Amino acid sequence: MPLTLADAAADAEGAQDYLWTLNFGPQHPATHTTLRLILKLDGERIVDAIPDLGYLHSGFEKLGEHLDYNQYVTVTDRMNYISPMANNVAWHHSVETLLGIELTPRCKYIRTIIAELARISDHLLSTGAIGLDVGAFTFFLYAFYQREKIYDIFESLCGARFTNSYTRVGGVMHDITPITITKIREFVNDFPRTIDDMERLLNRNRIFVDRTKDVGLLSKEAAINRSCSGPVARASGVARDLRKDEPYLAYEDFDFQVCCSTAGDCFARYYVRMAEMRESLKIVAQAVENIPAGPVNVGLDERTTLPSKQQVYQTIEGTITHFELVMANRGFEVPQEETYAAVEAPNGELGFYLVGDGSDVAYRARCRPPSFIHFATFPDLIRGHTLSDVVAVLGSLNIIAAELDR
Amino acid sequence: MAVRPEVIAALESQFAGIAPSEFRGQTRVTVPAAQLLDVLTTLKQTHDFDLLVDVTCVDYLNYRDATNRFGVAYLLANTTTAERLTIRVMLDEPNPAVSSVVSLWEGANWLEREVWDMFGIHFEGHPDLRRILLPDEFTAHPLRKDYPLQGRGERHNFPVLTRGEG
Repeated sequence: MPLTLADAAADAEGAQDYLWTLNFGPQHPATHTTLRLILKLDGERIVDAIPDLGYLHSGFEKLGEHLDYNQYVTVTDRMNYISPMANNVAWHHSVETLLGIELTPRCKYIRTIIAELARISDHLLSTGAIGLDVGAFTFFLYAFYQREKIYDIFESLCGARFTNSYTRVGGVMHDITPITITKIREFVNDFPRTIDDMERLLNRNRIFVDRTKDVGLLSKEAAINRSCSGPVARASGVARDLRKDEPYLAYEDFDFQVCCSTAGDCFARYYVRMAEMRESLKIVAQAVENIPAGPVNVGLDERTTLPSKQQVYQTIEGTITHFELVMANRGFEVPQEETYAAVEAPNGELGFYLVGDGSDVAYRARCRPPSFIHFATFPDLIRGHTLSDVVAVLGSLNIIAAELDR
Repeated sequence: MAVRPEVIAALESQFAGIAPSEFRGQTRVTVPAAQLLDVLTTLKQTHDFDLLVDVTCVDYLNYRDATNRFGVAYLLANTTTAERLTIRVMLDEPNPAVSSVVSLWEGANWLEREVWDMFGIHFEGHPDLRRILLPDEFTAHPLRKDYPLQGRGERHNFPVLTRGEG
C-alpha cells in the first residue's frame, strides 16, 4: 500500500491512470483536528483511502512514565478533549485497580454522574458535528448550547470548564456542592426537550437520512474482528457495554438500558448516540437524587489522598500522611504488577494497561484509544462511496485526533 | 471478569511451557513466543475469545527481577461471557520478533504497527508493517526505556528545507 502522496500518484500513473488522487487534510474543517487522508478517486467514487496519522503525536505514553499517578490526570484531559471527565475517571479507575483501592460510595456516585455528563457532552458534539458536516447547522447549535450547560456544571464542580482534571487517586478534587446539584437538576429537567428538538430536526430529515443511511456499513462480525467498541460496535449489533458487563463505579445501582442497532451504518451510529444520551440522563437523574452521605475520599489508612486540613493540623497521622504524599519518592505504595482496567468511555472502551514498579510513577502507562481502533476501519467503510460521504463516516466514527495520535 | 478455570486447565493440558498467574482478579498467561499463534487460535476458536481488545508492549529494561527485555501483551475478551484474559509473550534482544495475529483479528493491524513503531518489535507475517505515528525517516523506537524523555530529539536527522527547495 502506498504511504505518501507521491507513491499514490506513482501508482495512479500505471494501469489505473484514470484515478485521481486527492489529499484530504491535515487541515480541513471536517477532520475537526489534524488528520490526513489520501483518497484515490474514480470520478467521485472512492477507490481507496489511505489514512496518514501522527500529526498530533505528543508522546503521552512516554509522559506517563515520568509523571506520577495524580499528575498524569492532566494529560488524560488532552486525549479525548471533548469529554475530559470520562478520561479522568478512566485513568484513576485503572490506577485504583492497580493499587487495590476501594472507593467510598459517595465518590462512586459522583464519578458516575460526571462520567455520564461527559458522555452526554461527547455525544452532543459528535452527533452535532455529523449534522454540521452534512449540512444541518441548526442541529449543531442546539447541541452546542446544551454542551455549554454541562461546562457550567463542571465549572461549578471543579473550577475548570474544559480540562477538568477532577479526579484524584482514591477520590476527587472537591466534594460536590449543593449549587452544583441544583445545576444538574436543572439540566436533567431541561435537557429532554432539547433531545426531542434534535431528534425532530434530523431523524426524518430527508437530506440527513439520504446522506447517512446505508453509508459506511460495518457488519457485526467485522466490528468484533476489528476490535470496535462503544457506540460504533453497538450500532453494528454487538451488545457489549462495560457498564453492564463488568459493572464498575455505581452502575449496578441504576436502571438503564444498553442501546443497540443492527444496521451498522452512519445513521445507526448517530441514532445509538442519541438514544444513549437519554439513558445517560436517566442515570444522572437517579444518581443525583441518591448520592450517599459520608466522606468523598478514602480514609487516612489508605494513604493515597491528601487528608483534610483539619486532620493535617490536629492529628499526627494526618501531618505524616500529608508530608509523605507531598514529598518526592514517598507517597503511594504501588505493587510491582501489571493490570488492565477499562471503562465505557463515550467513544468506546477506554482502558489503561498499567505496570507498577513500586515507585509513585507508572513504569508503563498504555492507553487503549478507541478512536485509533475505529479509525483503522475507515478505509473499509468508505470504499465505494462518494467523496461527500467521507465527512459523514468520519463524523459518525467520532475520530478525535488528539486521542488517535496521543 | 475473571476467566473460567476450565479454560486455563485446557490450555495447560494442550500446550507445554505456559505460566498462568492472577492479580486482582485478572488472569494472565505467559506463553512461549513460538506457541503464541496456536494458543491465540485455540482461544479464539474453541473458547470464544472473539475480541482482541489491545496489543501492547512493555520494555522491562530496568525493571526489578525482570529476566526478559520485552513483554508483548495481548488483551482478549469474550463478548458473550464478558471474560477477559491477558496473554503475554516475553521477547529478547537483539531481534525481538513474534508472529503477527492479523490473520486472526483484522484489528491487530494498526495495534501491531504501533508496537513496531514504538518498541521495534517485529511482527512476522504482518501484511503492512510500517511506522504509524512517527514519520518513516525516524530511526529510533521512542517508548523503549533507553530512549530519553528530554533532549534535542531527532531533528538532526531531518534535513532543513529552505523556501526555494520546499
